[in-house]
Amino acid sequence: MTTLTLGKAMNEGLRKAMENDPKVLVMGEDVGKLGGVFRITDGLQKDFGEERVIDTPLAESGIVGTAIGLALRGYRPVVEIQFDGFVFPAADQIITQLAKLRMRSLGSLELPVVVRIPWGGGIGAVEHHSESPEAYFTHTAGLRVVACSNPLDAFAMIQQAIASPDPVIFFEPKRRYWDKAEVDVESAPADWAPLHEARVVQPGEHATVLAYGPSVKTCLEAAAAAAEEGRSLEVIDLRSLNPLDIGTVVDSVNRTGRCVVVHEAPVFSGFGAELAARITERCFYRLESPVLRVGGFSAPYPPSRNEDHYLPDLDRILDAVDRTFAW
Amino acid sequence: MTIDSVRGVPDTPEPAEPELVQLLTPEGERVEHPDYPLDLSAEEVRDLYRDLVIVRRLDLESVALTRQGEVGLWPSLLGQEAAQIGSGRALSENDMVFPTYREHGVAWCRGVDHLNMIGLFRGVSHGGWDPTEHNFHLYTVVIGSQTLHATGYAMGVQRDGVLGTPSAAATIAYFGDGATSQGDVHESFVFATVFNAPIVFFCQNNQWAISEPLEKQSRIPLYRRAQGYGFPGLRVDGNDVFACLAVTRKALENARTGQGPTLIEAFTYRMGAHTTTDDPTRYRLKAEEEAWKLKDPIERVKAYLVRNDLAETGFFEKVEDEAKQMGRELRDGCLSMPDPGPLAMFENVYAEPHPLMTEEQEQFAAYLASFEEESR
Repeated sequence: MTTLTLGKAMNEGLRKAMENDPKVLVMGEDVGKLGGVFRITDGLQKDFGEERVIDTPLAESGIVGTAIGLALRGYRPVVEIQFDGFVFPAADQIITQLAKLRMRSLGSLELPVVVRIPWGGGIGAVEHHSESPEAYFTHTAGLRVVACSNPLDAFAMIQQAIASPDPVIFFEPKRRYWDKAEVDVESAPADWAPLHEARVVQPGEHATVLAYGPSVKTCLEAAAAAAEEGRSLEVIDLRSLNPLDIGTVVDSVNRTGRCVVVHEAPVFSGFGAELAARITERCFYRLESPVLRVGGFSAPYPPSRNEDHYLPDLDRILDAVDRTFAW
Repeated sequence: MTIDSVRGVPDTPEPAEPELVQLLTPEGERVEHPDYPLDLSAEEVRDLYRDLVIVRRLDLESVALTRQGEVGLWPSLLGQEAAQIGSGRALSENDMVFPTYREHGVAWCRGVDHLNMIGLFRGVSHGGWDPTEHNFHLYTVVIGSQTLHATGYAMGVQRDGVLGTPSAAATIAYFGDGATSQGDVHESFVFATVFNAPIVFFCQNNQWAISEPLEKQSRIPLYRRAQGYGFPGLRVDGNDVFACLAVTRKALENARTGQGPTLIEAFTYRMGAHTTTDDPTRYRLKAEEEAWKLKDPIERVKAYLVRNDLAETGFFEKVEDEAKQMGRELRDGCLSMPDPGPLAMFENVYAEPHPLMTEEQEQFAAYLASFEEESR
């Protein structure tokens, strides 16, 4: 076991994938000598060369578009989008091409492309550096969408995503890059949970709290605070948004009868709406109260002096839990 | 630097009329070009003629099938046959093609069954052929997107380390004059030049992007844009199958030997509508079409064959009959083409099983089956 930050665990996962398969490439802006603005690709170009760790021109559509071409030639490109808000110039290539080429070919093509996106708020950044665009991608058939929340998952899930024959949008909780945990860097796929399986990270009895990415830690803190008041919250880390492990969610909500969904993205038309609808369909007679959502407001992500108010925090999560009991 | 030079008047004098590489005049006269020698046997010329006639026939039949409601819409290649056959026949087996949605002539050269294209525009599939089988990628409908895929593919060929060897492969990206305004095309020029990718950018400038003429896309001849990115560009007579063959051959060979990208602007004309849903009488003059008719890509090859006595008696009739027969077979194939079936919507979205696809497919199958039970 080694103590690693989430960022370093990402780096180790990428390194393993590159060691295991010479077709794996890393590409993006500043991923070479600099190691990326978050140093996630630190040292990879030095060890694997400029042909496999490619500093690209500053053009996101170009990065994803050429990654598609490389995949068509048999490579497995891992693309870094520098910040969440910069993925939109590449959205056309992701949505109209990457997601749809397999169907267009009636299954003769595989597109093993991973698009890594450092994502979410809480780092005091300027505009476009703190966004949560996951719902745009979960809404697009043909993509797999996952989000890691801790160092072990970061290490394992990036390798699983790279091994997937389908395109994967890989969200990394950038404000958790410096969180530390024990990671077994010698562990192998057989030791890991399947990529698209949700995990109960805190068993509980009275209400279910659903989260993913950076919100998981906040929800665990909320659960600890609730426990002091005698309320037992079950916290589930969804890990995968598309496909969604709805079975784990339904099992939990059927037991607790109450559910709060937490994410940083705006609540309106957000991923939580999909969760609430599906839970309502499947747990209708077990629900004691409506599924409540806590997330970013339906205003644009604010200037950073206001982001603590915008992001769901412990108090807003507990407030929502209280409301599910007050119903 | 003056305001005028910023607005596009070059600092260095450019020729008033762009130079056009031409090896066969509209009258069927063979002319030489110092940079593009071309030695074709009589049989090779007859084969090119046959290609041109057949792809025009298949195209006309496709338009007719559309008019008769059998196909949803059709982007005709009428007038662009030489650009497509010339460049298509320049390709080697290993080379990879990234087409738009109008490259039916290139598809013919790559052995892709024309029925696949009919199936796409009939709404049976979104493409459906296996690109690896013919080294001919799927049609791309979003303008310019495929140029980036082509560039990435070429970067992959570079990484395979095969350039300069017998396994070398060039990549060719097709696009139109309208596409040159797209960001993706500019980005592909940047990536291709920075990485010196083995790629040929083949722009068929057919003068019209639906209703918008070239002056809505560019203030300079399109081939001159290449210079700004740092690779060679040239303009070829796009209605001259010999010239298109010669310049594409050279550009592909340059790519295969590691000399990087080339932009070819094939100067041609879209004789038909953008697609069958378009109405060119609203935006262009008949006189312009008439002028281009005189530069027809097929007539000049026929004139060359006749003038030089290279076609045996009955050759032209034989080709015509063969083309008509292929047209009839296409029609039969279209009319007997099965629909995909409703449950096919959920197939091939993902390579690995996806619970939501499975769930919705099963639910929809059960829903459809419920009607059969009711009617029993």
